[in-house]
Amino acid sequence: MALDDRKSEFTFVGTRPNRPDGLDKVTGRAKFGADMSAPGMLHGAILRSPHAHARIVKIDTSKAEAHKDVKAVVTRADFADVPFKPGLEGEFWNVLENVMAGEKALYDGHAVAAIAATSALAARDALKLIKVKYEVLPHVTDVDKAMASDAPVIREGAADYSVPEGMHPNVVRYHESGHGDVEAGFAEADLIIEDSFVTEATHQGYIEPHACLGMLGNDGKGELWCTTQGHWIAQKTCAALLGIETSQLRVTASEIGGGFGGKTTVFIEPVALALSRKANRPVKVVMTRSEVFRATGPTSSASMDIKIGMKKDGTISAAQGVFRLQGGAFPGAPGDMTAMCAFAPYNLTNVKQVGYDVMANRPKQAAYRAPGAPMGAFAVESVIDELCKKLELDPVDVRLKNAAYEGTKASYGPRYERIGLVETLEAAKAHPHYSAPLKPGQGRGISCGFWFNHGGETSVSLSLSEDGSAQLMVGTPDIGGSRASMALMAAEVLGIPYENIRVTIADTATLGYNDVSHGSRVTYASGLATIKAAKHAVEKLCERAAASWGIPTDAVKWENGCAVPSGPNAGDFDPRPLADITAHMGSTGGPISGHFEATPEGAGVSFGTHIVDAEVDPETGKTAITRYTVIQDAGKAIHPTYVEGQYQGGAAQGIGWALNEEYIYGEDGRLQNSIFLDYRIPVASDLPMIDTVIVEVPNPGHPFGVRGVGETGIVPPLAAIANAVSHAAGVRMRQLPMSPPRILAALKDNG
Amino acid sequence: MSKFHVSTTVNGDSVEYLCDPRETLLDCLRDKLNLTGAKEGCGTGDCGACSVSVDGRLVCSCLMLGVETDGKQIETVEGIADGDVLHPLQQKFIEHAALQCGICTPGILVAAKSLLEKNPNPTEEETRYWLAGNLCRCTGYDKIIRAVMETAEELREAS
Repeated sequence: MALDDRKSEFTFVGTRPNRPDGLDKVTGRAKFGADMSAPGMLHGAILRSPHAHARIVKIDTSKAEAHKDVKAVVTRADFADVPFKPGLEGEFWNVLENVMAGEKALYDGHAVAAIAATSALAARDALKLIKVKYEVLPHVTDVDKAMASDAPVIREGAADYSVPEGMHPNVVRYHESGHGDVEAGFAEADLIIEDSFVTEATHQGYIEPHACLGMLGNDGKGELWCTTQGHWIAQKTCAALLGIETSQLRVTASEIGGGFGGKTTVFIEPVALALSRKANRPVKVVMTRSEVFRATGPTSSASMDIKIGMKKDGTISAAQGVFRLQGGAFPGAPGDMTAMCAFAPYNLTNVKQVGYDVMANRPKQAAYRAPGAPMGAFAVESVIDELCKKLELDPVDVRLKNAAYEGTKASYGPRYERIGLVETLEAAKAHPHYSAPLKPGQGRGISCGFWFNHGGETSVSLSLSEDGSAQLMVGTPDIGGSRASMALMAAEVLGIPYENIRVTIADTATLGYNDVSHGSRVTYASGLATIKAAKHAVEKLCERAAASWGIPTDAVKWENGCAVPSGPNAGDFDPRPLADITAHMGSTGGPISGHFEATPEGAGVSFGTHIVDAEVDPETGKTAITRYTVIQDAGKAIHPTYVEGQYQGGAAQGIGWALNEEYIYGEDGRLQNSIFLDYRIPVASDLPMIDTVIVEVPNPGHPFGVRGVGETGIVPPLAAIANAVSHAAGVRMRQLPMSPPRILAALKDNG
Repeated sequence: MSKFHVSTTVNGDSVEYLCDPRETLLDCLRDKLNLTGAKEGCGTGDCGACSVSVDGRLVCSCLMLGVETDGKQIETVEGIADGDVLHPLQQKFIEHAALQCGICTPGILVAAKSLLEKNPNPTEEETRYWLAGNLCRCTGYDKIIRAVMETAEELREAS
């Protein structure tokens, strides 16, 4: 899109109206995944492997099938029957294998069978009637051990072409990138620091467990209601796994109770449909919290080696990193993303990064807000902090000195367009937080963070009503207030009040394909699509006005919600408001709608800088976050309050990841903390207010300048907090989470 | 297994249901009375998404059995508004964007209302500790705490 097409003065955009779904959400009326039911509905329950790695010798379902309350039992055999799509391949096969185990159970919690019964209690009880004979196999859950030569093999042949010869079969993808000559760069350095870092797996922790209601007939036609970040991917995947035509399955997205990347695939949805097909009744499946922890996507765990050389003036002369990410029993750990993001904030002459995707006996990792980036930032920004300390340089000045800007060749290859990293660093330096005095026992940390952002396939439809109001249909589930942003952007183009626009998340039968609500893409891509669809409708409105005046269409412009004659005809006719044109649309050519179907590709990368103060109690090892400031480039904040909310939420999740959250596996390979009591996410009394600064450096790829804001906010916190804690404790923390026992151990080692 | 007959009052309405002795109050509200405002986030009393008030006491409805509520007064998020007039907390939550996905909101509103009934002038710390049993994964709590404290201030000024 041409720059001169970009708008910079706004009427509606940038205001903070109430969200359109506010009333539903505060009265309990909003329908989430588990809130739907259907006549004749059965309840499903899933039997899960208690073993981290085991061959499934035999599954005996006869007793369960004979029970009077049980109406259907399914195992993997019920998914193998795919009449017109025989032989699933690639990611569909991986998802099927994860949804229902085949020859082996690959992790504690892996589904092996499922039951539909007349009540939830009956279904749960009947699971005990299924007898599974396992042959327990050796397992591995640690990333470094999974790469070692003696590690048990999760699956032979899972590696792709990218993996160098000689690697263990658990290493399934390899990434290498960079530019310059790092050895030459290290030779120029006045100080080189080489260090290793570890992060544990964390869970997205959405409060709403996965839930769905499926109905599938033996005619191959089905309906699915589910909580998801993307109902078209659910439609496509379920259809493939069940062997039906994609278009015959209509999927409706419920209100979604958090996702953060964890609801971008399917788990229980194909199971509910398979049960329904067998029982010929609707089947509802709702996960327990423990099932969510054991069997849905946590993040990868990571082990990383960083080497950075710096000159006395703070210039980074060379940087390299090796990032090993464990992603569970399937390919997909974002070792490539971690590697590509790790050094992305900096303008480097010599940089090299290597990423490994490693399988282990854990649940298949799923995206979690900027997947892979936070771990790499933790390692890299910790080393930069240590270099600043040793060279007695200001950490913001050093980052400013090395910061990427427009035209910089990114560490992962391309040259940046207009970006806002320098602006966030300058805002950090000017912020009162950065110069505020610290109390004894406190430390201050900063970190930068980067995320790519994403466009993705997008369809939007906007239709005008006779009374001048507008219906907007988008296909990206609203996780955090996006309906408000869409309505603001449509109002801006149409020139009608925000309140006159009704935004609906359309089902898969109502709109063309839409990619998932991920990649910080909703306000960018669905927003761009909304603007274009509204402009499309405005063109038609102008045509109708032109015809009524008997002048050419290009002699009409759209201003403040009215068609206005322009050029030589200016002033000849009274402006016609939108509602005046739509009132007569039936007799002047028919309904007026606007559409957009395309894949926007100018998402615009995103940067942020965080400042955090931490206080460490030397007796207990407990850390308190005493002050937190998020500074991030939003391009253009459509609804600033919800932008702030994204910043605050990312920071809070980062605080949990840095200080407390982790998947803890026992020697037996079983997850030991699968409830919220033991996997403790931050609660209100753990956190301070989280201050935000919205920097706006417009993205040239969006008509209003929008950059996605959802993900970048979780990239800097791990490093910023680790730097603050390391300063407060007087010892460098190299492993996350920095839980009280780890801090006490570090203090003890340090004497 | 035979079911038990329970007579109780929910949001001022007399209701009756049959329940299995293993079913929680949350199960009964959601599955038998179709009051799906209270949510099950954990089933172990850790997340507070199922918060309701029973005889004026704030409880996790996933930790109370349906059979225990015979003759009690239950209030859920569906009963917070006064007809078509939202409770000041509900209004403030909308205005302050104190919710993103909204799954924790019903429980937080019930818990916050209970706080203000007991303590009309809570400090930030008191508010944070009172709501520590209600998990929110989206907001970082900032806007929630501000919304609750501002509502408290407005209610104090109005009374």
